[in-house]
Amino acid sequence: MPKLEIDGKLVEVAQGATVMDAAHKLGIFVPHFCYHKKLSIAANCRMCLVEVEKAPKPMPACATPVADGMKVQTQSPVAKTAQNGVMEFLLINHPLDCPICDQGGECQLQDLAVGYGASASRYQEEKRVVLHKDVGPLVAAEEMSRCIQCTRCVRFGQEVAGVMELGMIGRGEHAEIVAFVGKTVDSELSGNMIDLCPVGALTSKPFRYSARTWELSRRKSVSPHDGLGANLVVQVRQGRVMRVLPLENEAINECWLSDKDRFSYEGLNAPDRLTRPMLRRDGKLEEVDWEVALQHAAAGLQDAGVLASPHATLEELHLAGKLGAADFRLRHSDFAGDGRRQGIPWLGMPIAELGNLDRVLVVGSFLRKDHPLIAQRLRQAAKKGAQIHVLHSVDDDWLMPLASKTIVAPSALAQAIAAFKDRLAGANNAAVLLGNFAQQHPQAAQIHAAAQALGVKLGFLGEAANSVGGYVAGLPTGGGLPAVLGKKSVLLLNVEPQLDCADPQTLRGASFVVNLTAWKSDVGDVLLPIAPFTETAGTFVNTEGRAQSFQATVAPPGETRPAWKVLRVLGTLLGKPGFGFDTIEEVRQACLGGRDVAALLSNAIDPEVRSSWSIAGIQRIAEVPIYFADPLVRRAPALQETRDAQPPRAWMNARLLQKLGVAPGQPLIVRQGEGSARLAAALDDQLPDDCVRVAAAHASTAGLGPMFGSVELQKAPMEKVA
Amino acid sequence: MLAPESLKKIDREVAKYPPDQKQSAVMAALIIAQDEKGWLSTETMDYVAQYLGMAPVAVYEVASFYNMYNLQQSGTHKLTVCTCLPCGLQGSLEAADYLRKKLGIGFGETTPDGWFTLKEGECMGACAMAPVVLVDNKRMCDYMSNDKLDALVDELSRKT
Repeated sequence: MPKLEIDGKLVEVAQGATVMDAAHKLGIFVPHFCYHKKLSIAANCRMCLVEVEKAPKPMPACATPVADGMKVQTQSPVAKTAQNGVMEFLLINHPLDCPICDQGGECQLQDLAVGYGASASRYQEEKRVVLHKDVGPLVAAEEMSRCIQCTRCVRFGQEVAGVMELGMIGRGEHAEIVAFVGKTVDSELSGNMIDLCPVGALTSKPFRYSARTWELSRRKSVSPHDGLGANLVVQVRQGRVMRVLPLENEAINECWLSDKDRFSYEGLNAPDRLTRPMLRRDGKLEEVDWEVALQHAAAGLQDAGVLASPHATLEELHLAGKLGAADFRLRHSDFAGDGRRQGIPWLGMPIAELGNLDRVLVVGSFLRKDHPLIAQRLRQAAKKGAQIHVLHSVDDDWLMPLASKTIVAPSALAQAIAAFKDRLAGANNAAVLLGNFAQQHPQAAQIHAAAQALGVKLGFLGEAANSVGGYVAGLPTGGGLPAVLGKKSVLLLNVEPQLDCADPQTLRGASFVVNLTAWKSDVGDVLLPIAPFTETAGTFVNTEGRAQSFQATVAPPGETRPAWKVLRVLGTLLGKPGFGFDTIEEVRQACLGGRDVAALLSNAIDPEVRSSWSIAGIQRIAEVPIYFADPLVRRAPALQETRDAQPPRAWMNARLLQKLGVAPGQPLIVRQGEGSARLAAALDDQLPDDCVRVAAAHASTAGLGPMFGSVELQKAPMEKVA
Repeated sequence: MLAPESLKKIDREVAKYPPDQKQSAVMAALIIAQDEKGWLSTETMDYVAQYLGMAPVAVYEVASFYNMYNLQQSGTHKLTVCTCLPCGLQGSLEAADYLRKKLGIGFGETTPDGWFTLKEGECMGACAMAPVVLVDNKRMCDYMSNDKLDALVDELSRKT
């Protein structure tokens, strides 16, 4: 291992490390813009020039490999002159609009200009102007003159997001960052480019010009969306969440955040927030006092079932489970595994371990959309040479090299798993991962058993923030979802039943519904306003079984109350035992009670388990689109403008289109059960025969039946023109 | 999108690199595409990107970096005058002025009849023979006195 000296301090680093790595090890700061620990080395900003003994000129620390006996000066006159010179050049074309720039206060160029810039510019000539670009609803590229061509955003696209959506065209003075003519940035990780941009060239469109960064209080939180449990910094001003940034946690989200985690906060400030309890009287909802609403709710909730969102907190789920038969696995349809599993299904390994796998089979997962950052981890593994095999019913582009893919109809998924045994044999660190589609499948238990039979590590990609936490909280109780569906009175906890359940018609048998929701709804006889994750304390247990507690970041608006308090009062009013809690810590204690969550986790299942399901005719393949997956994200306007939020279409292959006699783009009637939906037909030739891909969780398909099932397709008659 | 002969030529270029590094052939592929189409439209670059398995914007990066690629439709003949320093010191600026006046257009412009496009070029490695004019990217003319420029324009103006 080479030893070198930086600023007179000795350090030993691994062979192949750079001077920048060595300086970091010593805690010496070398100014830089283009260097980023997670991205490849570009060495194009030249800000990190340092003096290396016997080198004829200053060397970029980020791109200079260390050698034994090297002597580096980061503060010497030679280094400082070089750094100051680079700064002067960077500032030549940089506009002096810091007072109105969104990056002001958190700008690396601004910060470093204090230490390395001159107090006045010697440059008298015209500055160059770079035209603004429209790259989509999330990232603002309105002031591209601010760009210093570090290419971090370009490298992020190539290396982390897996798709190069931005590039640097031209050269020299004419170089500029563009998306390809007329294209937008559509990656589900695009918001990270905003964080990476060291200047104010790429900024957040939803946050634009709404606050100065130094006015914001920074509060830690945890993402309520997918099973990853990304760590967040929620930034608030005057009781309002203004934006969300990643909190670096190498074991979970590294320094990244998916766009869903980053921009869903807009839904917290949605105009349809429910701020007072409401009661249905003569068919109409009226605002009432809490007391009236609670009395009314309690009176109707005798022998009730509870549908609780897997995005609810651990404490809420724990209390909800004591109210009656309760379940949180709302989109699941096979419960044959209940009582035959040895523990709580989980990722089967730490999240960070995903990057070390060398052979992976992913079964039934819309991986990029359901788990953007887990997809990113697997993408890095694939780059290191891991073989990724896919078994699924659709062939979406995962933006990573795949060793093999097998696309089969949903009915053939469970049987197709065994064939992968050979492909996984001989690996050092192989795993099979079951995605949301596999978990929601009507043969989920059988898929589970088949995956277990492959004899490698087995993992579940957690659907939601508390997909593990729900089990930890003690759910399902009283017979689980099938029992809840038979109840006459139902309590909803943060659930929009038409969109959040496997069957949109889940509530058809219920005659009395109490809806605990943060947003106005026309479902329910009593509506009780509850606080979303930023307004309540709580805990999410993520897919690797890590319990992460968080505090409220802002006060709930109006008469909104944290759901755990509402459930406590309801429990007490109903005379149920075990609701005597004063603080949320007591609830947490009652739920976790010093238990080691890790000891509860196990992916072992009775190998003999079988699921009963048969299907004939045209099979529906239902995904949960990324920006419709939960009530919060459905209300985030910027996310709703992205390409991923386009209304669902009925995708099928050319053979089926021909059989139906429709062309792509023509309207089609999709019938399932008693409901139907009118959708545009679309061509996806990778889909298996006699399958149609119709998304769930969207208003336009909420009239249909369960996510899995057979549908009838019919060419829509031409609409009469008035 | 591209003619079979062009694709055959591109395949030949692709074969020079390892199969997983097809994008190494991007410059050659763009030259072949431009030879066929006369210029590189967005659609052409998209097609090349797809053919080589690259991101479209990565092709655009390359095409915009080198100024022998035409990103706009150019005239039937493209005249590129080197105006770098050594040439400039040896009369290429005057030669460029003469051409501009003669054709009635500036750099980057095309004559109204669509016959000539004039471009400012960079070092062509022939500084000793300045002024240098490159005709249609393929033919280099040196020592371009005004007489020789007249002769060149006359020759190229003959529409066959």
